[in-house]
Amino acid sequence: MTKLNITVDGEVHDDDVEPRTLLVHYLRDVVGKTGTNVGCDTSNCGACTVHLDGRSVKSCTVLAVQADGATVDTIEGLADPSTNGDPTAGWHPLQKAFHTEHGLQCGYCTPGMIMAAADLLKENPDPSEDEVRHGLEGNLCRCTGYVNIVKAVRTAAAEMRGEEVSA
Amino acid sequence: MTAVDTPPSANVGVTKLRKEDAHLVTGRTSWTDNLKLPGMLHVAFVRSPMAHAKVTGVDVSAALEQPGVVAAFSGADLVDNWSGGLPCAWPVTEDMKSPTHLPLATDEVRHVGDAVAVVVARSRYQAADAVEFVEVDYDPLPAVVDMEAALADGSDLADTSLDSNKSFTWQKIDGDIDAAFDGAAHVTTRRFINQRLIPTAIEPRAVVCAPPRETRETTLWSATQVPHILRLMLALTCGVPEHELRVVAPDVGGGFGSKLNVYAEEAVCLVLARKLGQPVKWTESRSEGYQATIHGRDQIQDVSLAFNQDATLRGMKVELLADMGAYLQLVTPGVPLLGAFMFNAIYKMDALSFTCHGIFTNKTPTDAYRGAGRPEATFAIERLIDEAANELGMEPFELRERNWIKHEEFPYTTIAGIEYDSGNYEAATAKAKELFGYDDLRREQQERRDRGDKVQLGIGISTFTEMCGLAPSRVLGSLSYGAGGWEHASVRMLPSGKVEVITGTSPHGQGHVTAWSQIAADALGVPYEDVEVRHGDTAVAHKGMDTYGSRSLVVGGYAVQSACDKVVAKAKRVAAHLLEASEDDIEFEAGTFSVRGSPDASKTIQDTALAIFAAHDYPEDMEPSLDSDATVDPENFSYPHGTHLCATEVDTETGQVTIRSYVAVDDVGKVINPQIVEGQVHGGIAQGVAQALYEEAVYDADGNLSTGSLLDYYVPSAADLPHFQTDRTETPATTNPLGVKGVGEAGTIASTPAVINAVVDALRPMGVNDVRMPASPRNVWEAIQAANGGAA
Repeated sequence: MTKLNITVDGEVHDDDVEPRTLLVHYLRDVVGKTGTNVGCDTSNCGACTVHLDGRSVKSCTVLAVQADGATVDTIEGLADPSTNGDPTAGWHPLQKAFHTEHGLQCGYCTPGMIMAAADLLKENPDPSEDEVRHGLEGNLCRCTGYVNIVKAVRTAAAEMRGEEVSA
Repeated sequence: MTAVDTPPSANVGVTKLRKEDAHLVTGRTSWTDNLKLPGMLHVAFVRSPMAHAKVTGVDVSAALEQPGVVAAFSGADLVDNWSGGLPCAWPVTEDMKSPTHLPLATDEVRHVGDAVAVVVARSRYQAADAVEFVEVDYDPLPAVVDMEAALADGSDLADTSLDSNKSFTWQKIDGDIDAAFDGAAHVTTRRFINQRLIPTAIEPRAVVCAPPRETRETTLWSATQVPHILRLMLALTCGVPEHELRVVAPDVGGGFGSKLNVYAEEAVCLVLARKLGQPVKWTESRSEGYQATIHGRDQIQDVSLAFNQDATLRGMKVELLADMGAYLQLVTPGVPLLGAFMFNAIYKMDALSFTCHGIFTNKTPTDAYRGAGRPEATFAIERLIDEAANELGMEPFELRERNWIKHEEFPYTTIAGIEYDSGNYEAATAKAKELFGYDDLRREQQERRDRGDKVQLGIGISTFTEMCGLAPSRVLGSLSYGAGGWEHASVRMLPSGKVEVITGTSPHGQGHVTAWSQIAADALGVPYEDVEVRHGDTAVAHKGMDTYGSRSLVVGGYAVQSACDKVVAKAKRVAAHLLEASEDDIEFEAGTFSVRGSPDASKTIQDTALAIFAAHDYPEDMEPSLDSDATVDPENFSYPHGTHLCATEVDTETGQVTIRSYVAVDDVGKVINPQIVEGQVHGGIAQGVAQALYEEAVYDADGNLSTGSLLDYYVPSAADLPHFQTDRTETPATTNPLGVKGVGEAGTIASTPAVINAVVDALRPMGVNDVRMPASPRNVWEAIQAANGGAA
């Protein structure tokens, strides 16, 4: 077993794990962060995407021990938790836009899709449709045909740039 | 068969943002794999690496010595736990062959991935490790992988207990088919391959089972589309009394048919939890699922159309080979039959013959995959119509228009013997052509042809229809299906005036909670926010036929409407009593009962709910309850239709296909929530495009799945797909009170032939008249080479 110190969604965790433990299994089975999903075993689908020290990674392709001393942010930490009462008030613009633009159906790819999109928007705050499509090519969705995901990412980008967004 | 006018509505027909989304966008989800129960053990399966072999020995003793391992069983160890094999609910002919399908094979494995043993350990890693220590002795047998070879005399057998590889032959002949072809002025014939596909719901399958604790009830959670069907079938398969089994479908991450089944892993987890007295969990890996979860399509289609001199259709012949795979799963043999009524599609003809041979091979079983039978049929007819138009020297729309059912001819009984209640192919087509800029694209196509552009432009048409809303129970019975097609809903008015809707449908992305809330809110005249919809747990929704076949709104939504109507009827009696008026004088609008002519005298439906809860003062001849159940059985299928147009650019030097534009005008009847409908169309189109351009499950000659993971099986990403421009026409269904037709599968059914017709159209000047799916650069390039007379 190997000792780990990881900050997950702002909380510090000290755990012992087998060295072979995948980060996604550590998050889901040890920390209890089941918001991050596993959709494949070949790092193709992106359902498990989280941020490792601020950059998106596929957490099925990272060992938990590689994240020792690092900060991991998941979908569960994305919303601002300080807004009690209205549960949607603290949502990240991407969470809002996926909801308003119907960018999800079953929702299984959504956490990974949103985390990947968040990283994309850091790099490129005003992506074209084509740039969104290529920026998210590591994340598979089987329900939406991507049309509304692309729309949602661009809507969120506009809000994050402070532009008027029609709901 | 007349449409009932729906009352003016505040919610139905309007986009309401989904109630389902909040927990999904924040990660507060309840997927089956998220479940963690005290003492829960982890299950892993030992699977055959061979397509076909005798199992001569299974030794689990070394596995039992591994760290954390609690138990391990061979197929033989568990064989006494099965009351029967895994079910096939659709014996399509009396003499259909269906080999016994035990959840764990005992003496013969029939496809790569067939499970032979199971290991139970304290963690998922320990269970996976221990699988390597189960020793299985295999005596290899020849693998049957080719359907035509499987039918030849003296072929190897996919199952040594059978005397041939043919499961059944099912035939349906309408009209005088010989006369139709003997007297034809022109016959167009083709062979199409509808390749094998892997559904790939993004949530892998998972099962958790908890043994009885304080009651005798065993609870099984599964990533399933069909909790109600699963409960009954597992009870029968495992000999567990049905009333002692509760099945829960929690959050379910997509299905597309792949979770419309009764799987070995569900049966094994049920037996293990009860045997060990501890909860167990199994979650498939993607690669494991590609071997152990059903595949779709896989038909060889020989199809012909016979025409008169004036290009009107005389008849159609269809001869199918349908690959069942190694076993008949829940509805495997019925899938091609769902297409039997659809090859004639929107066209009038005097004769139709349909023959389907179901063939066993040593591959993963096929079963219903989005569209199930109708995409195959629609592909064949829409491709064939384009080929016929080319042979007859006609514009493809002209040939379609000459033969399709005119809008004034509805209701129309087709040559296949079913009645299309409504439709307007002219309207959908006109709208689609305009949005697409059809004439401009045809001009550009001609220019590119004239100048010999290396990138040619192709225009593909699909004027599809389909039958969905599964289904009238008596019709299913006449097709030998093992169950009915009704649906159930309960509506409860709570004392505070809030509403609970319990539905027998089981959504996994379709937005039933939102749409059913809209229906109930308008029917009862209560705020949309005051409605909660419960589903997917047999202890809560005690009755249902679940979600598949674009049936949920058409049948399940209809049940919600009917149950609400009954609530309103009861509430009206209570209101009349409270207002001391005759029931005949009570009017109901937007949640308020008032006395005709005395607008001040009124009671809201919430008032009646509270009054009936207190039960101090209510009509003597009724029970003190407004709650109502409805079980509705549709009188007919529903028939969505539409016109999809696709423009492709095809690089004639590389074979690369790029979709330049895609327009879909769908007519799904009345719409409850336009945003959800549009989303269903988008996703449907994407899956149909995926079949046309990207996906194919490939087996090698030894029966190994070459496309065994997402590395090799090409599920398209956002970068691989274009924007889809969608619009609608609205011709209400006349066979249900909501006027709805269903939308879950329409896009998938429509889009595959639209894309392939566009690819072929681009290459027509080069002499190409077919391209094998998927139209990958290689397959396109080979088609070009073959047309040039060169060896591919």
